[in-house]
Amino acid sequence: MTDVPAASIGKPPASVMRHGAVALGIALAVFILFWKFGEDLAPWAFDYPKAQIVPAARWITQFTKWLINDATFGLFTFTDLTRFIAAVINFPYQLVLSLLETGVMSGRGSNAVQYLPPVSWIAVTAIVTLMGLYAGGRRLAVIVALCFLFLAVFGQWSSAMVTLASILVAVPLGVVGGLLLGIGAYRWRWLERALLPVLDLMQTIPVFAYLVPILFLFGFGATAAVVATLIYAMPPMTRVTMLALRQVPPDVRDLGNMIGCTRHQMTWRVLVPSAKDSLLVGMNQVIMLSLNMVIIASMIGAGGLGFDVLAALRRLDFGAGLESGFAIVALAIALDRLSQAFANRTAKPVPETKPRGFVARHPYLLAALVFVVITGVAGLFFPAIQAYPEGLQLSTGTFWSRVVEWINVNFFDALEAFKNALLLNVLIPFKRFLLGLPWAGVVAFLAVAGWVLRGPGLALLVAGLTFLIAATGQWEKAMITTYLCGISVLFASLIGVPIGIAAAEKDRLWRVVQVAIDTLQTLPSFVYLMPAVMLFRVGDFTAMIAVVAYSIVPAIRYSVLGIQRVDPRLVEAGKAMGCTEWQLLTRIKLKLAMPEIMLGLNQTIMFALSMLVITALVGTRDLGQEVYIALTKADPGRGLVAGLAVAFIAIVSDRLISAGAARTRARLGIAEEVR
Amino acid sequence: MSPPEAKLVCRNIWKLFGHGAQEFLEKSGGNPTFEQLSDAGLVSAVRSVDLSVHEGEIFVIMGLSGSGKSTLVRCLSRLIEPTAGEILFHGENLLAASDAKMIEIRRHKMGMVFQHFALLPHMTVLANVAFPLEVQGVGRAEREERARQMISLVGLNGREEAYPRQLSGGQQQRVGIARSLAVEPELWFLDEPFSALDPLIRREMQDEFIRLQSVLKKTIVFITHDFDEAIRLADRIAIMKDGEIVQAGTPEDIVLNPATDYVQEFTRAVPRAKVVRVRSAMQPVGGDAPTAAVSAHATIAEAAPLFLQGAERLRVTGADGETLGELRRADVIDLVLQG
Repeated sequence: MTDVPAASIGKPPASVMRHGAVALGIALAVFILFWKFGEDLAPWAFDYPKAQIVPAARWITQFTKWLINDATFGLFTFTDLTRFIAAVINFPYQLVLSLLETGVMSGRGSNAVQYLPPVSWIAVTAIVTLMGLYAGGRRLAVIVALCFLFLAVFGQWSSAMVTLASILVAVPLGVVGGLLLGIGAYRWRWLERALLPVLDLMQTIPVFAYLVPILFLFGFGATAAVVATLIYAMPPMTRVTMLALRQVPPDVRDLGNMIGCTRHQMTWRVLVPSAKDSLLVGMNQVIMLSLNMVIIASMIGAGGLGFDVLAALRRLDFGAGLESGFAIVALAIALDRLSQAFANRTAKPVPETKPRGFVARHPYLLAALVFVVITGVAGLFFPAIQAYPEGLQLSTGTFWSRVVEWINVNFFDALEAFKNALLLNVLIPFKRFLLGLPWAGVVAFLAVAGWVLRGPGLALLVAGLTFLIAATGQWEKAMITTYLCGISVLFASLIGVPIGIAAAEKDRLWRVVQVAIDTLQTLPSFVYLMPAVMLFRVGDFTAMIAVVAYSIVPAIRYSVLGIQRVDPRLVEAGKAMGCTEWQLLTRIKLKLAMPEIMLGLNQTIMFALSMLVITALVGTRDLGQEVYIALTKADPGRGLVAGLAVAFIAIVSDRLISAGAARTRARLGIAEEVR
Repeated sequence: MSPPEAKLVCRNIWKLFGHGAQEFLEKSGGNPTFEQLSDAGLVSAVRSVDLSVHEGEIFVIMGLSGSGKSTLVRCLSRLIEPTAGEILFHGENLLAASDAKMIEIRRHKMGMVFQHFALLPHMTVLANVAFPLEVQGVGRAEREERARQMISLVGLNGREEAYPRQLSGGQQQRVGIARSLAVEPELWFLDEPFSALDPLIRREMQDEFIRLQSVLKKTIVFITHDFDEAIRLADRIAIMKDGEIVQAGTPEDIVLNPATDYVQEFTRAVPRAKVVRVRSAMQPVGGDAPTAAVSAHATIAEAAPLFLQGAERLRVTGADGETLGELRRADVIDLVLQG
C-alpha cells in the first residue's frame, strides 16, 4: 500500500525512439571504422595489455587459503564451521544412504559387517507406487512403478539409490532453507535488498564455478555434493517464496492483522498456508534442480548415476553412458510426476467427512510399512527379494554400442560432411570475427546500447562488467563462449521459434510439442551430452548440438506463449479487414508477440550458457573449460573468476534484452506484465 | 430518544503516500493543496476527515473507486497508519496505542469483513470461523462451539466441514461475516462486503445483513461504492470524493439537500418516496385531526398504501403516539411523481 502510483507511465515519444536508433547506428559505424582501421592507432584496444591484468584469480585463491588456514570467528575457526556444516549434512545422508543402499553397517572397509540390509528393491518400488496412487491415481502409479522397475531391471538400482539418497537429503534442507530465507526477505526490506543481487548472480553463475570452492572447503565426497546441491537449489525456492508471499491477497493480510495475529502467527498461520500452492510448485523446482545438480556434482564425489555417466564419457563407452543416461531420465520423470501430483493434490477438493481411526486415515502409510517389513524379512531367506537378481538383469549397453557403431559405419561420411560444412562455413568464420573485435570497442558499443535502451545506469553496468572480463585477462575465452553461445542460440531460435509459431496455431500439434518439451525440461543437462558425443565425437560442433538441444525449450515455449497471448479481438479485427493467414501472422500476431519472443530469446541464452559450461567435458576451449580445468586442479580463484565472467556475459545480455523488450512493449502499448 | 453516544470519533485524519509525508504535512501547516502535494511527490488518499460513529448505528462510507474510502476504513482500524489526526475509540486515542494494545483491541473489540472474503483456503468453514479465537488461544471445544453458533446465525448449518472453494460467493461471504462476529466485536467494519457478488445475491445478502443487525445491534462502519446500497442500509452516510468527505448525514438529508453537484449526481436516480420520511413531508394539523395514523419515522413509500383506502389526510404520530402533524395526499403524490 505504500507504493506511490506513478503519475504517468507514458510511452517514450516517437522522436526519442528515432534518436535512439540514430545513436545506435552512429555508434555502430564508429565501431566498424575503429575495428577496420584502429589496430595500428591503439593496439591496446585489441589485445588487453598483459601488464595491466588484474590478478583476481590469485587474490581469490589466496583468500580461500587464508579462510581455511587462518580465519577465525574468535570462538571457532572457519574450518570448524565447515566441518560442523559437513557433520550436520553427513548424518542424515548416511542415514538415508544406509536405508536405501548400503544397509546398516558396523566397521569399515572389508571388515564391515552388515547388521541390517537396505530396504529391498521391491519395497522401494512399492512405496513410490503407493505414493503415486495416493497423489495421482492409477495412471501415475503405473508410470512411477515402470520407472523404478526400469532401474532394477537394467542394473542401475544401486547407483540410482545413491543419487536418490542425495536428493532426499538435499531437498528438505533446500526447501526449508529457501522458505526461511524467502520469509526473511519478505519481512525485512534490507535482507531482500541484500539477497536480490545474490540470487541474480546465483542463477547465472555456472554450477562448475562454485563446485571448486566447495571442493576446497568441504573436500571430495558426497557431503560436498549435497552442499553444492543446496546452494544450487535454494535460490529458486527463495525467489518462489518471496513471490508467493507477495501474491497473498491484501485482504488476507488485513484479516491477519484485524484478528490480532502476532507476527509469528501472521507468518505461519496466515501467509505461508495461503501461499501453499505456489510454494509446492517451488518444491517441485527444488527437486528437479537438485537432481540436475546431484548428477553434475558427481565430479566432486556425489557418486551415483552421474558418476556412471561421467566415467562412461571418460572411457567413451557410449553404451554404458547411454544406459545410465536413461536411468537418470527414468528417475527424473518419476520424481517430477510425483512431486507435481502432490502439488496439484492440494488444489482438489477433499471429501467433507474424514474417517476416524488411525488405520482408516492412513491406509497408504500402513500398506507401505507392511511392505517394508514383509519384504525385509522375506529378503533374508530369498535374496531375489532383497536385491534384484543379477541373472535377470538386462543390459542394453552392447546393443547401444552396436547402434552407434552401425551409425558410424553407415553414416560417417554424411555426418562428417554435415559437421565440416557447418564448421567451415559458419562456426569458424564467426569465431574468427568475434576474436578479431577490439575489446575496448565492444565495451564502448555495449555502453551506448545500454544508454539508448534504458539510460546511464544500464550503460555503466554493461560497460563495467564487460571491462572486468577484459581486465581479468579472459577476453579471448569469453569471446569463444560468446561465439558458441551465440551460434547455439541462433540455431535454437531458428528451429524453436518456427516450431513454436506452428504449435501455437494448432492445438493437436501443441499438445505433442508440450509433452516433448516438458520431458526435455526435466532431463538433467548431463544427459544431453551422450547422444551428441556418440554422433559427432568431441569438439565445438558436438558442444553446439548439445547446447541447441538443451536450450530449444524456452525458444519454443515463449513463442507459443507470446502468440497465444495476442488479444483475440485484434486477430478478429484483422480477419474482418480481410487479412490473409500470412498477413495475420506477420502483421499482427508476430508483431505483438515480439516482446514475449524476446524474453524467450533471453531464456534461451541463459539455458545455453548454463549448458555450455557443462560441454567443457566434450572439449571446448572457452570459459567453461577454464572452470573445468580449475576444478580438476582445485584452484578456486581461477574457477570463480572464469565462472563470474560467464555470469557477467549472462547478466549483460539479460539486462540489454530485457530493456529492449520493455521498450518494444512500451512502443506497442502493451502494459508491463506484473511479475 | 437521548442523543446516542459516539463510539468512534476521528478528527482531522490525513493519509499521504510518499516519502517524508509526515514532515511535509507539518511544514505545510496541516492543510496542503493538491498542487503542493503533487509538487512534493506525495499522493493524498485521505484528506482532513472528521467523523463520529454512534453506538448501534450503521455508518456507511460511500465513494467511487479511488475516493479513499478503503484507505480511510483501514486508517480507522490502524491497518494503515494515518499520517496525522486522532482516532478516539471509547475516548481513547488509538493512534497512541502500543502494538500490543492494538493487537488486544483488534482481538476483542473489532471485526472486519472483506470484499474478497479473505477466507483461508486450507481450512474448513468451521476452522475459518474459529480462527480469530484460535489466534487468541481459546481452547478447541470452546472456540468450535462458538463458531458453530456463528455459522448457524448466518444460516450455513451443515457446511461446517466444507472448504471455502466448495462454496458459492454468497456462502463464502456468509463465512466471512460469521468469522468477523465470532469474537463478538463492539465495532464491526465491513469493507465492500457485497461488491464481489451477483446483483441478486447482493440483494439477498443485504436483507440478511439487515436481519442480523436487528438482532445484534452492533456499531457498524460499512464501506460501499453503491449509492443504492448505502441508502438501503445506512442510518447515516458519508460521501467521499478525492479523499475528502463531501457530505455526511442521514439518507434523507442527502437526498433532499445534496450539498454539491457531485452528490446530486448520485441522488438523481433515487426514488424520493423510499428515502423521505413522513416527518419531513408533514404539515401542521389543519382542522380536525384525521383518524388514520402513520408513524413519523415511516418512509413515504410505506405511508402511501394507506391513502388507497380513500383518506385525504393521515395523522402523523410520534414515538409515544402523540400527534405531530398531518400528511396530505397531494404532497405524497408530488413526492412519488418526482421519482
